[in-house]
Amino acid sequence: MSTTASPARPRPTIVLVGHGMVGQRFLEALAERGLTATHRVVVLCEEPRPAYDRVQLTSYFSGRTPEDLSMTDPGFLTEHGIELHLGDPAEAVDRAARTVTARSGLTVAYDTLVLATGSSPFVPPVPGRDAEGCFVYRTIEDLLAIEEYARSRATTGAVVGGGLLGLEAAGALKGLGLDTHIVEFAPRLMPVQVDEGGGAALLRTVEGMGLTVHTGTGTQEVVTGADGAVTGMRLSDGSELPTDMVVFSAGVRPRDQLARDCGLTVGERGGIAVDEQCRTVSDPHVFAVGECALAADGRVYGLVAPGYEMAETAAAAIAADEDGRKSFTGADLSTKLKLLGVDVASFGDAHGTTDGCLDVVYADSRSGTYKKLVVGRGGELLGGILVGDAEAYGTLRALTGSVPPIAPEQLVLPAGAGAPAQLGPSALPDEAVVCSCHNVTKGTVRGAVTEHKCTTVPEVKKCTRAGTGCGSCVKVLGQLVTAELEASGVEVDKGLCGCFPQTREELYEIVLALRITSYRQLLDRYGREAARGGDGCEVCKPTVGSIIASLAPTIGADGYVLQGEQAALQDTNDHFLANLQKNGSYSVVPRIPGGEITPEKLIVIGEVARDFGLYTKITGGQRIDLFGARVEQLPLIWTRLVDAGFESGHAYGKSLRTVKSCVGRTWCRYGVQDSVRMAIDLELRYRGLRSPHKLKSAVSGCARECAEAQSKDFGIIATANGWNLYVGGNGGATPRHADLLAQDLSDAELVRLIDRFLMFYIRTADRLERTSVWLERIPGGLDHVRDVVVHDSLGICEELESLMAAHVAHYRDEWATTIEDPEKLARFVSFVNAPDTPDPVVGFVPERDQIKPDLPLLAIGTRPADTVLEGSAQR
Amino acid sequence: MTLAPETTDLMVQLRLADDWFTVCDLGRLLPGRGVAALLPDGRQAALFLDRAGRLYAIDNRDPFSGAAVLSRGLTGTHQGRPFVASPLLKQRFDLSSGQCLDDESVRVATYEVRTAA
Ligand code: SRM
Ligand SMILES: Cc1cc2nc3c(=O)[nH]c(=O)nc-3n(C[C@H](O)[C@H](O)[C@H](O)COP(=O)(O)OP(=O)(O)OC[C@H]3O[C@@H](n4cnc5c(N)ncnc54)[C@H](O)[C@@H]3O)c2cc1C
Ligand code: SF4
Ligand code: FES
Repeated sequence: MSTTASPARPRPTIVLVGHGMVGQRFLEALAERGLTATHRVVVLCEEPRPAYDRVQLTSYFSGRTPEDLSMTDPGFLTEHGIELHLGDPAEAVDRAARTVTARSGLTVAYDTLVLATGSSPFVPPVPGRDAEGCFVYRTIEDLLAIEEYARSRATTGAVVGGGLLGLEAAGALKGLGLDTHIVEFAPRLMPVQVDEGGGAALLRTVEGMGLTVHTGTGTQEVVTGADGAVTGMRLSDGSELPTDMVVFSAGVRPRDQLARDCGLTVGERGGIAVDEQCRTVSDPHVFAVGECALAADGRVYGLVAPGYEMAETAAAAIAADEDGRKSFTGADLSTKLKLLGVDVASFGDAHGTTDGCLDVVYADSRSGTYKKLVVGRGGELLGGILVGDAEAYGTLRALTGSVPPIAPEQLVLPAGAGAPAQLGPSALPDEAVVCSCHNVTKGTVRGAVTEHKCTTVPEVKKCTRAGTGCGSCVKVLGQLVTAELEASGVEVDKGLCGCFPQTREELYEIVLALRITSYRQLLDRYGREAARGGDGCEVCKPTVGSIIASLAPTIGADGYVLQGEQAALQDTNDHFLANLQKNGSYSVVPRIPGGEITPEKLIVIGEVARDFGLYTKITGGQRIDLFGARVEQLPLIWTRLVDAGFESGHAYGKSLRTVKSCVGRTWCRYGVQDSVRMAIDLELRYRGLRSPHKLKSAVSGCARECAEAQSKDFGIIATANGWNLYVGGNGGATPRHADLLAQDLSDAELVRLIDRFLMFYIRTADRLERTSVWLERIPGGLDHVRDVVVHDSLGICEELESLMAAHVAHYRDEWATTIEDPEKLARFVSFVNAPDTPDPVVGFVPERDQIKPDLPLLAIGTRPADTVLEGSAQR
Repeated sequence: MTLAPETTDLMVQLRLADDWFTVCDLGRLLPGRGVAALLPDGRQAALFLDRAGRLYAIDNRDPFSGAAVLSRGLTGTHQGRPFVASPLLKQRFDLSSGQCLDDESVRVATYEVRTAA
């Protein structure tokens, strides 16, 4: 099947060897420059499939198919007349004759040859390395083979190499359910990217996930059994590690054999030597790009972004277009990865090799966070390492080389630890590169919004390519787009979500005025055209569910949130009347009004926790949280609690949480009012009130403020003459001291003002807007709110009070209602087809005499069925 | 003790390899919400009914957390396509393809589902 190009050679020919990530990018660069129209382009591809996204390889194990990974749109090749030969690697180059011969015998004459052969995994020369059960991790075929072997004959796996790829491979083995070991020669994980401190943070987290790490030890031999398959590894410290399979991930070597064989110059440690145009130093007709190339700066780049730049550079050189002249003189090695769920990022001079540079380090070994910035003498940011929390990566990377507008330590401190407002992307200069995969600057992104009229991140991605590589810059892109849109005064859609063009406040008015009690009816009549008749979304369903619940008695809806269609609107927590935890179990929080509880009730809580094996903790809200309940246990637990006189504490709802109290006048020598009684009264009055966000309150018996009332949505502090009412306080991420709304109120005046205040907030706030944010946002702020609720400037106070009165009169405990309704109770099962079987991935392990979630169990995902299906009611 | 769950005589079935696996009576599904089913091999499927009466089934495991909770998420329609939002960290998954709408590198398995008398 040998063909030779026709001697007439109507069009010059470009031959590309290797259709990997960089090869594909090179083809796109040719097409963009019109070279595919003027040239014949032939691609020799060793793998059985066209280029795919190798960077995302591991996502195969989270459900991405080989087709999803493909980078080659089939139309692209045909549209540009590119000839692709799959499964047919180049075997020889005759530079004198300018021909390439492939394995099939195909020989193609070239005018220009481009080598993009990538690299091959380095397998250390240890005995047994070729045994059955040894693998490398580079191609889709490698993954398929690893998966097959792991599923059919392995329970333990070892990865040789604790670098970036080794950790990816280890994550994959772990995900396949293997007991996974990592063997790393260096004294720490990811020795190239992180320093000692970062390695330590990484190690703790990786071990916490149930992987076993052996650092500072090499692999001496792969041990095999009688059948020739792997049974273990001998390590350089003499110990033996039993394992059923070994994945070598100990670095890569440029694939330069083809180049060596035809006499092209290669570097001492490998790599095809090229100049700044990516032309080989030996032959002007031959280029090399990507991981197989030794760049003009003497380095081989193992990352995709520099490869893309080389592809562009080579295409520009071949086109020889004036303005397209580019050169590749080296690249940034910044990376941000999510390995085993841990963010790891390094950028710039991460190891601090610049003369006279200084480090700023923040480390928190409890949370596995480590951040280091390298700063130059003049205060300029040179580089850094982030482990565990790489939030700031996009901004920091873009700031590299400049003097940051705020002190470096404030860039690494966690929010709340004395750091002022986080440094936003607005602080970046226009030249700052925000997307290093595609070398896109802030200025270009801004231009996409102002000149190309992009209004969303997906549009900006399409327009500039930013964000389409590793994706680590997408967050910064979002911030830039919003800032730019706001600055240019573009009308930003204020609608609640993709389903409703109205704000939450407008929907509230519609529901109240028209007495609408059905979400579907509201959507079909008032939703956006395209959303009508659909199923809504996760934003508007709970929002409308909450509005209906707040107004229930007044509009004639059922106040019980699981009634009829309303059940489908509730967030998961409200649907199960409990708080979902990270492993799929729930927490239970009974209401303890004002924090006051009798010994008998305390004993009941203790007994229930003991009998159901729940983890017990005193909360910051003066009550007790019981964690680790399985969904099918919730009704049993609540039957006991309701019998003992407890009610739902609504810890799961956007509704009143607690009214904390201090002990007050009854016992305290300073107290001037009965703060406990007032707290209980208020908690019982507003319990169950659904609102835009959660509501918290506290009552202090004197100005010493032991209940911290000024950090609450509505806080009350006793005075000699009555009560002072404070509103709009907040703890949380953005704390705010409450503002004084009114002074020296009587009990009745106090309650009336709170009724009005809360109902006005419920009516006008956005979804998930705490009172603190609402108070700052609404026009006129505190003065306006005071005018409305104290002086009745809008004439709505009577209505606000009667709405609250209706709520108070119709309150019913949700849990008491639920345990009496068999149809609702039937929903509290892990499996609809096996109601007696608990979810097998909800497991617990002991800690400090109680339980905690078994997280490694989650990583495995499933357990064999025979152990779980037994005895369950199967139809 | 009054009502028992309403029954419809229509059974929901999932396709597993070449067989249809019977899960439950259609009456157990609430439009706009999901239920979880335990499959014979220990995997879990999340089944959903939309308001038009269409059924969907995807893997119940949330790939971001590992917890088997997708059946407990809120459902909706995004650009005409049905989705569920994970109740843990809120990533959305297309119910007919399993594709995660917030991270294109993630997809969960889907199952063919039907009702049979
Ligand atoms: C259990 C508890 C921590 C503890 O062990 O003490 C807790 C636990 C949670 N808090 Fe909290 N918060 C708890 C007291 C607090 C406090 C202190 C207080 O209430 O006095 C605050 C600061 C005060 C405030 O809210 O202004 C607090 C500020 C938050 C915030 C931030 C709110 C903000 O406006 O910034 C969140 C996130 C949110 O609601 O969006 C949150 C969210 C949560 C969630 C619901 C996170 C979640 O969505 O899963 C946690 C659920 C617990 C569970 O599953 O049972 N929690 N949380 C406390 C329960 C109190 C109670 O009895 O109800
Ligand atoms: C699991 C994994 C995770 C990664 N993660 C990241 C990351 O997060 N960030 C990052 O920047 N980089 C990452 N990388 C590296 C990145 O994939 C490479 O930098 C990139 O693929 C290099 O592109 P390339 O085209 O030079 O080589 P490749 O993509 O390897 O393509 C080379 C192609 O050439 C073919 N070939 C070789 N010889 C011949 C021949 N003689 N004839 C025909 N074809 C031939 C090969 O079969 C291969 O298909 C990762 C790599 C792996 C394996
Ligand atoms: S706030 Fe005043 S009354 Fe209450 S406990 Fe503290 S000092 Fe005593
Ligand atoms: S930095 Fe990788 S996509 Fe932007």
